[in-house]
Amino acid sequence: MSSIKKLMYVNRKAPHGTVYALESLEVVLIGAAFDQDISLAFIDDGVYQIVKGQDPTDTGIKNFAPTYKALGDYDVKKMYVDKESLEERGLTQDDLMDLVWEDEDDDWAEKPSIHLVSRSELGDLLDDSDVLFNF
Amino acid sequence: MKYGIMVSEGPYTHQASDSAYFFTKAALDKGHEVFRVFFYHDGVNNGTRLTTPPQDDRHIVNRWADLAKEHDLDLVLCVAAAQRRGIADADESKRNGKDADNMQEGFRISGLGQLIEAGIQCDRMVVFGD
Repeated sequence: MSSIKKLMYVNRKAPHGTVYALESLEVVLIGAAFDQDISLAFIDDGVYQIVKGQDPTDTGIKNFAPTYKALGDYDVKKMYVDKESLEERGLTQDDLMDLVWEDEDDDWAEKPSIHLVSRSELGDLLDDSDVLFNF
Repeated sequence: MKYGIMVSEGPYTHQASDSAYFFTKAALDKGHEVFRVFFYHDGVNNGTRLTTPPQDDRHIVNRWADLAKEHDLDLVLCVAAAQRRGIADADESKRNGKDADNMQEGFRISGLGQLIEAGIQCDRMVVFGD
């Protein structure tokens, strides 16, 4: 590919109940191979996708939450969470998984992937993206 | 302008496919290029030739196929999403040991990389979904 674009995956739906979150994750994993500037946004019920301690065993649905922890290894380092969406649901960052990536330029130090941003900051990030994939 | 289109919902239940069709047709009629229409999630159900709506209703699947034929449009069904939902072309059917296939001519089945490629190649990526 000649140029690098800013691709943002916008996740707005709860992890279970519909297939959107799982199939969004599949796009992110495939998309990681394209060496683009990737970021993820979690908005509305989408914030539940990265809540820790998920256990869908009794629903018969595969627990794909651990896959979010692997995203750092796919060079997915920027995960923006809408702070207001969290607050509206009575959640804080402590309720979210500890998602990190390893910085090879800093002796493989683990750095946080999750960034809480205000709704207006998120708006700027969306505006700054070249491509939005909405799920 | 070069457009990429993603359709995330199935036909008839949701307007996404209708809206995507009208958008795609309008863009082509205005002389724009539509690089690819990628069908994902339940959107893959837009590509089964077994679809049989009542005669007084629009035929969403054939409508896409006709548009593709007229404009040499690339209609792609995501293979992973299609497998989950029982949409297969002859090759996929054989590969998975099935006794039938149902993909409408004019569509093709391929991987998610085709969606990413559309995002990278196009001036605008437009997603039609819920």
